[in-house]
Amino acid sequence: MSLKLLNITKRFGTILANHNISVEIGEGEIHGLLGENGAGKSTLVNIISGSLVTDSGTVELDGNYLDLSSPTDAIESGIGILHQEPLVFLPFSIIDNFLAGLPKSRDFDRTAVRDAIGEISQEYGFDLDPDAIASTLTIGERQQLEIARLLWMGARVLILDEPTTAISEDQRENLFATIKRLAASGMSVIFVSHKLEEIQSICNRVTVLRKGELVDTLTVPCPASDLIDLMFGGYKQSTPQSQTVLGENVLVLDAISAKDENGTIDDVSCRFSEGEIIGLAGLEGAGQRILLRSISGLTNPFSGTLIFEGADISHYPYSWYIENGFHYLPADREGEGLIQGLTITEHFALAESQGAKTIDWGKSTQLAQDKIHEYSIRGTVNSKPEDLSGGNQQRLLLALMPANLSVLSMEHPTRGLDIESAEWVWNELLERSKGGTTIIFSSSDLEELISFSDRILVCFAGGIIGDISAKATTPHDIGSLIGGIEI
Amino acid sequence: MNPETLAIVVSYATPLVFAVIGETITEKSGVVNLSLDGSMLLSAMTAFAVSFTTGNFVLGLIAGGLISSNLALIVAFSSIRLRLNQIAVGIVLTLLATKLSAFLGQDFVRKPGPSVKDLHIPILGDIPVIGPILFEQNLLVYSSYILIGVSYWFIFYTRHGLNLQSIGERPEAAYARGIDVNKLRYFYTALGGFLVGLGGAAFSLDVKLGWSDGHIINFGWIALAIVIFGGWHPVRAALGCYLFAVLQLFALKLQPVLPQLSQVLPIIPFPLMIMTLLFINHRKIQHLVLKNNGFGRFISGRAPSSLGESFQRL
Repeated sequence: MSLKLLNITKRFGTILANHNISVEIGEGEIHGLLGENGAGKSTLVNIISGSLVTDSGTVELDGNYLDLSSPTDAIESGIGILHQEPLVFLPFSIIDNFLAGLPKSRDFDRTAVRDAIGEISQEYGFDLDPDAIASTLTIGERQQLEIARLLWMGARVLILDEPTTAISEDQRENLFATIKRLAASGMSVIFVSHKLEEIQSICNRVTVLRKGELVDTLTVPCPASDLIDLMFGGYKQSTPQSQTVLGENVLVLDAISAKDENGTIDDVSCRFSEGEIIGLAGLEGAGQRILLRSISGLTNPFSGTLIFEGADISHYPYSWYIENGFHYLPADREGEGLIQGLTITEHFALAESQGAKTIDWGKSTQLAQDKIHEYSIRGTVNSKPEDLSGGNQQRLLLALMPANLSVLSMEHPTRGLDIESAEWVWNELLERSKGGTTIIFSSSDLEELISFSDRILVCFAGGIIGDISAKATTPHDIGSLIGGIEI
Repeated sequence: MNPETLAIVVSYATPLVFAVIGETITEKSGVVNLSLDGSMLLSAMTAFAVSFTTGNFVLGLIAGGLISSNLALIVAFSSIRLRLNQIAVGIVLTLLATKLSAFLGQDFVRKPGPSVKDLHIPILGDIPVIGPILFEQNLLVYSSYILIGVSYWFIFYTRHGLNLQSIGERPEAAYARGIDVNKLRYFYTALGGFLVGLGGAAFSLDVKLGWSDGHIINFGWIALAIVIFGGWHPVRAALGCYLFAVLQLFALKLQPVLPQLSQVLPIIPFPLMIMTLLFINHRKIQHLVLKNNGFGRFISGRAPSSLGESFQRL
């Protein structure tokens, strides 16, 4: 059994999600697919599993070309996918989950399915009660259910899309044992992840994607720093652009711990000066997001203190933060930063008219017009966020910021932006910094971190394991820290 | 209550049984057809007009079913193809069909017309007590019994029934398994609509013979409520219909006894049904039944997860 991808290319509008990707996966191989969010992993597995149709390129299984225009085509060819959130029917019993959407060629026979579930469970050490309702199962058990079903459907290639996101340590061990057993029986497995240690512990080979391109395929084991270099991109030496004269400490975090759906940080201490630019490095989910949200008042920490200009503000409401010049710009610009369906004028009316009883539409339109011009946003006063490109959405978000800011927290300032917009965004941010705004941003681009930060904090598993001056560091050092290796 | 009274309850509930099971099937597929009250009125009028003109009640029934089926297809089309809000379309269609029934039915108001004849079933009809209640009825009522059984069997025990549940529950997963979600949604919305139409026709051809404005006395809205009370389970929904009919009749009988409560009695079924739902949905009751058996399904009664949401492939 070998799966061969040849020159897979997929484009969404102007974005190349996959560009000329060729990989070959052998029988019994566990092949990792590694990359940051947005690197093109999901697009690639959606193509292999028939959910997306490729623009060009071919998929071959054992030398036969596959026509993958729907998920049914994929599973009939023997390619099954376990989605990040297993696609099970929660109110159905396990038997009914097997039977839903059964191909016409197979008998609708509950007794036979019951037996099959028993056999597969025994073979792979699953604990599946055929009559249990899927909603009573843990995520790990739902994954077992899906894997068992795909095997029963005749899958010979199994794709696992970020399978460890929502499961416990024990469940993960179980899952890995299952994957190894599947591979030992000759199945080809594609394991999608952005977690290095998982790739290291389970895969035979790993393919790294970055910005839609295949960077390299390596044999595992290999040094983690090599993988990180590949994931985050090579670093081109350029003159650091930040020449900030540091002011006094304005914001001090003392043993802050916080936890919510955005992640966890545990016992984080650091201090920020007026006008300082601080980059947060780290793998996706290492705590950057919740740290930024805690600093901007969106999440109050459950322990520790946050001191701003000498006062403990850790339990102040978000409104206080807004009044005192804190601002947060999320990575999800369209969904979280802007309001879909409202025009640019309405965004300005909303931002400017707080406290006023009525809206002066003439003034808001004029303001929108001026800002569109000033920030060179490609759009009109009546454009909605969903009509704007990523770069223009970011320009609009910057245009909407209040004039006087003390602390700006920002996720991925330039992710997905073209070079011109990215440069423009950083000019704007450096202006703000000169005006005394403290800027804290997260990024997965080492070049961006080193070029623009005064200091880089490296997040790992909810803590900060490195606090280094950007001028005195190398990409290699940061890469090691990101992978959890302390210098 | 004597057997004759209970026989009336059964026949009174019959239009509701058709409509409620029809809507249950539609909603199982993930589509809400909120136009029930209008659809039933229009099909009641159509059924009566066709039977009156042709003298054949079977043609009337079919015409009633078809007109409602077509209204249901409008809901499906606007939701699936035009991606409009199902609630809005349903309400607009209700108003439209209501007015249309009044306008087109002008010539048929309060005219005597054909009706569905009673049919005694031998052997079953001779069983004491149950016989006179259940089997001294007409063909429509007998069909409703069959519908309850068949729809239950179909939804929970057949391949197609499981596919029907899956498209209303998690269409993206159904699609991933090769089910043509939107095609099936069209089909089941039309089928459900047809049954709703039979419910309307059962009114003008049996329960309340003839035609007049607002003939179905809001049974469409009541049917929508009973679908929820029935927990999207055809047998429980049918029991809801009979319970409703019993309570209505009870209130009617009590009116001469308690004249001071005559305004209150007719609305008693509604709070009572809400109380029952609250009881059944209690965590402890629900916890007893997290098992895949007939009883568990009967009690759990959850709405299809994707009810009212349109589906589009990646």
